Amino acid sequence: MNFNKITQKAKEEYNSLYEREDPLILIGSATCGNSAGASALIPIIEETLEDHDLKAEIMEVGCIGICYVEPIITVFKKGKPGIFYGNITPKIATKIVESYLINDDPLPEHALGTVGKGEIQGINSFFDMPVLKPQVRKILRHCGFIDPKNIDHYIANEGYSGFINALKLKPEEIIEKLKESGLRGRGGAGFPTWMKWQFCIDSEADTKYLICNADEGDPGAFMNRSLLESDPHSVLEGILIGGYVTGAKNAYIYCRAEYPLALERLKHALVQMREYGFLGKNINNSGFNFDIEIKEGAGAFVCGEETALIASIEGKRGTPRTRPPFPTTSGLWGKPTVINNVETFASVAFIMQESPGKFAEYGTDASKGTKTFSLVGQVKNTGLIEVPLGTTLREVIFDIGGGILDDGEFKAVQIGGPSGGCLTEEFIDTPIDYDSLVTAGAIMGSGGLVVMDQSTCMVDVAQYFLGFIQKESCGKCVPCRLGTKQMLDILGDITEGKGHIEDIALLMELAEGIKEGSLCALGGTSPNPVLTTLNLFKDEYDAHINEKICPSLVCKNLISYNIIQDKCNGCMLCLKSCPVNAISGEKKEPHTIDQSKCVKCGTCIDLCSKADAVECISKPKEDNEDNNASAII
Amino acid sequence: MEKTLEEILSSYNGEKSELIPVLQDIQSNFGYLSEESIIEVSKFLNMPESEVYGVATFYAQFRFDPIGRKHIMVCKGTACHVLGASQIIEGIERHLGINEGEVTFDLEYSLESVGCLGCCALAPCAMINDNVESKIGLKDIKKMFRKSKSPNKDN
Repeated sequence: MNFNKITQKAKEEYNSLYEREDPLILIGSATCGNSAGASALIPIIEETLEDHDLKAEIMEVGCIGICYVEPIITVFKKGKPGIFYGNITPKIATKIVESYLINDDPLPEHALGTVGKGEIQGINSFFDMPVLKPQVRKILRHCGFIDPKNIDHYIANEGYSGFINALKLKPEEIIEKLKESGLRGRGGAGFPTWMKWQFCIDSEADTKYLICNADEGDPGAFMNRSLLESDPHSVLEGILIGGYVTGAKNAYIYCRAEYPLALERLKHALVQMREYGFLGKNINNSGFNFDIEIKEGAGAFVCGEETALIASIEGKRGTPRTRPPFPTTSGLWGKPTVINNVETFASVAFIMQESPGKFAEYGTDASKGTKTFSLVGQVKNTGLIEVPLGTTLREVIFDIGGGILDDGEFKAVQIGGPSGGCLTEEFIDTPIDYDSLVTAGAIMGSGGLVVMDQSTCMVDVAQYFLGFIQKESCGKCVPCRLGTKQMLDILGDITEGKGHIEDIALLMELAEGIKEGSLCALGGTSPNPVLTTLNLFKDEYDAHINEKICPSLVCKNLISYNIIQDKCNGCMLCLKSCPVNAISGEKKEPHTIDQSKCVKCGTCIDLCSKADAVECISKPKEDNEDNNASAII
Repeated sequence: MEKTLEEILSSYNGEKSELIPVLQDIQSNFGYLSEESIIEVSKFLNMPESEVYGVATFYAQFRFDPIGRKHIMVCKGTACHVLGASQIIEGIERHLGINEGEVTFDLEYSLESVGCLGCCALAPCAMINDNVESKIGLKDIKKMFRKSKSPNKDN
């Protein structure tokens, strides 16, 4: 079947789905939706439909991005706009089906908004929600609306037309289009995509390879997972185009094993591509032969680095090597290899489907287009967002993110994962683009934004990142392997209240040495979490070292829990739940905590939210031993 | 259905680049990499055992001891960390009476932490076998085990 016929059939099928007589119910079941309870909703909705003898189509879709209100369902009734509902429990799902499908009451109290033509009284437009209004959805345009397991849904939305367009052009013409679009690699470093592809074209070799980097090892980032689970074909189309342009015959998708659903959907999508003749020999009668294979990562952060990733595909330990030669000259099995991030490929598909201009109309002069970010941490509206590059941190955190959780105070935002940096209030109006972030002291990275409030201890955060890096260091070069260990030990001492004033200078010295002497970017940027926090939060380090206190009340050795006698009503809730039996007291009498037994797990303070009788306090400057000594006397 | 080691190996060509997929396949069937399986892989791919161990020990995914029937992976991503992941791990350790990386005496549960599960918007989270549990609080720990103790009833 030729592509036009495939498209026509797909469009008919897709349109009939949304114009059907019986209602259509969408359920957001990406990993995030499922973890919030989406998968459990399906049998409940089916049961309710059966009980009332109702007919409706249930379709699992990906994630629309507003994870904080998951699970999400969307109900379409003929002739009416679709209604998005959030925070769905089994009970609410049943209620919605019964009220809206039987009695035509759309239950506005559970609705998030409407999509499509028409209005429903009491419910505003979905895309007018403050969290969505400032967003520009290009890469995520299909997420939450199409069935990621159905290639026809993608094709019905202009999918694969970019690839078919590309086949009519010469590779150099496509390179020109990419140049015009201004697309820079979405994996973090922001290298112009066209240039990387051109280097590969210019390398003479009988075999060339293409790799899609879906390792996404940055803790706090999940853009790739969400896109692969919600719209895998948009990435696969970009890979096809990349193969055609660079002359590669084989591509690998290196996806981490921690993403089982993304892997499952990718595998399914590849089978469908094969059925439609988008893979294999003589694709669409163009003479172009191409195949895609999935390689599962095995849990090594360093494998996100190009040369380490290549070693891993070759079946070796994932250790990086020096560059040059760059992979575009000598990559997988010594052949020219282009490695791009998941989102870069999806952007290529968009550019070829629409136009370079449609992409370049967003963004700044040097950073074109839109970019997806995961917005997480102590922010109200957590999830996946897409905004034009150049949007400021303030707009992202306060307009889209809705501000700080529990109306707390903004402290910092970590951007760019362990290699990035923390930015404070001072930088809140920084535009998020490749160059402005570097100037501010961070990097774009893959796009993870972790928001932190006053309850976060920045020394603890530095220790956390360094612990991660130390664990993930491949061990090949000494500065990274041993240097980060030393830095971690020093930070351990500081957070335990055993720090010395000279530790700061020692940390700085080690940081410089590791930066200078490491082989790859993981090692070279590993001191960043310490350097940026030292730079912006020196007072917190000083408090830990000089006063032996943790101002944010996080570091266990420097805090203690205490029951406020006047407030405690003796409900025994904390006493019964204390895992180490450190709490004693009689019913209806104020309780006390035995500090020598307390493991500072925080269960008591968590449970006492009603009476508010448990407080977390800094330990006094003097050591406990002194207090004990005076008590004995 | 559990495959034998022989069956697993016979579906590969014996090329060195297959090492990681072979190990992954073995682990997903047996739960861990036994000494015997490493020896067989080294023969099959014609490489020294030390090299097989060299690769297997490099990657966090591979285990050399059996895991529990319910394997718990607590996410230690940044979002989970700032929202209390370490307290959750300690809570589970206390509840099960094992440390991270260990298996309970009855082989029911094993516990480890992982870099990031990619469910950061609903942090803190953990994976019990293939199911992700999100927004876990200290209060939920007991409940979590009650629930996962009787999975058949839930299904």
